[in-house]
Amino acid sequence: MSIKIEHISKSFKDVSALKDISFEVKEGELFGLIGPDGAGKTTLFRILTTLLIADEGMATVAGYDAIKNYKDIRNHVGYMPGRFSLYQDLTVEENLEFFATIFGTTVEENYDLIKDIYIQIEPFKKRRSGKLSGGMKQKLALSCALIHKPKVLFLDEPTTGVDPVSRKEFWEMLKRLQQKGITILVSTPYMDETALCDRIALIQDGKILEVDTPQEIINHYPKKIYNIKADKMYELILALNAYEHNHSIYPFGEYVHYTDKRGDFNPTELIQFLEGKGLKNISIQPTETTIEDTFMELAR
Amino acid sequence: MKQTNVIKVENLTKMFGDFTAVNAVSFEVKKGEIFGFLGANGAGKTTAMKMLIGISTPTSGDAQVAGFDVYKNPDDIKKNIGYMSQKFALYDDLTVKENITFFGGIYGLSRHQIKEKRCQLVEELGLQEVVNELVSSLPLGWKQKLAFSVALLHDPKIIFLDEPTGGVDPITRRQFWEMIYKTAHNGTTVFVTTHYMDEAEYCDRVSIMVDGKIEALDSPKKLKEHFNVASMNDVFLKLARG
Repeated sequence: MSIKIEHISKSFKDVSALKDISFEVKEGELFGLIGPDGAGKTTLFRILTTLLIADEGMATVAGYDAIKNYKDIRNHVGYMPGRFSLYQDLTVEENLEFFATIFGTTVEENYDLIKDIYIQIEPFKKRRSGKLSGGMKQKLALSCALIHKPKVLFLDEPTTGVDPVSRKEFWEMLKRLQQKGITILVSTPYMDETALCDRIALIQDGKILEVDTPQEIINHYPKKIYNIKADKMYELILALNAYEHNHSIYPFGEYVHYTDKRGDFNPTELIQFLEGKGLKNISIQPTETTIEDTFMELAR
Repeated sequence: MKQTNVIKVENLTKMFGDFTAVNAVSFEVKKGEIFGFLGANGAGKTTAMKMLIGISTPTSGDAQVAGFDVYKNPDDIKKNIGYMSQKFALYDDLTVKENITFFGGIYGLSRHQIKEKRCQLVEELGLQEVVNELVSSLPLGWKQKLAFSVALLHDPKIIFLDEPTGGVDPITRRQFWEMIYKTAHNGTTVFVTTHYMDEAEYCDRVSIMVDGKIEALDSPKKLKEHFNVASMNDVFLKLARG
């Protein structure tokens, strides 16, 4: 196991940030920690990177105990925090050299690991890092987190606030890093980013809701979901809320994802009900479950 | 300006030195419409939005917002719109009640109006228990819903939302969109930016900015047809990747 988390709890004053968290990340895995702001993702990252001590439970990273062997962990992990934390007054090149030096290595020694990523910002290597665009900062931060060839890479919300194109590119980059043998734990609030992860943990309010492969998590969903569409979205939501047999109603793009309380749901009956509410062009079709459906069902 | 258009933009341009952040964009937004304003990071969305809310003067071009000119009457624009962003919305070290009173005062509501609005808002959002708590103690989702309602205190003609749901949990994100639907249903125009492409599908019309220009503007349905793809995410990827 690359990361082992056993019964970790952490509170800040009267706020319980993590409540009895346990899961494991296998060596070479690309593992996603999926949950909204305030779920406890950053607190867990800080415990695993030895920046914070848990109130209860234990954790090991790359075989080292998070308390007893904290210095070993620091030598063998890369950590990219959610907030940009490089030296804004140093240039791109200087930041990279700085991080290589404090880890007792050189940029040349591990250049092949960062080449793909660094090459994109190399034209700006004389620019101070504070003057880079968001996307470039992200690439530099990742290069710095990788320059000592870590066994485990921690990425805390690397794609938050990033547009879909750059997000897609970033995940493709992670997939290539994984192929180089690095274990990656990455957190994100975007539920659609789970597809490229080997396994994911869903987290909300300091609790793990489920840990499995994305496909298995979807398979565990207990209900049949229907895509419902009508001419007026807002009126459709109001009408479905008034329907006594509804189990859940969630807008999903141009449709509403609907589940029914009953086992023998009859779409025709619901169409009649909606027509009675004045809606037109109604369609009800079975649809595939997504991770987001599962998350919402578990978080209810 | 037609009665039904609450935003009218023609060749709006903003330059910083020799860099053109917003390059001659033109569009109109109708009353009661939910208008999605999308684009990659750095495409010029924030710069364009700042001109529309009257806090940045355009380099050239014309824009009328809520019936007022962005050059001549930026202060009238500010009085007639609401604005909420993920980064700044409410004062963390004031209570729920104090925030409502403060923003009500800023928007020039009377004490009586503020009290009435406050009771209505607290009731609607179910905040009775936390009305005297500091905003910093509220979960993010509650804060965002409260911030949205506060931005609507003065019944603005248009509300501008800058990534209002970033990082918010999926259930709250949908409750937030129900509030948006309701607002638009009541006749307020909603101008919204987001990085969630499923939210782009909730908009009546969507514009996509690429390198300072609007490269596409239509209903999500027509955009998908035009680019022959299944989702707004694919439309976005096709356009922004060029």
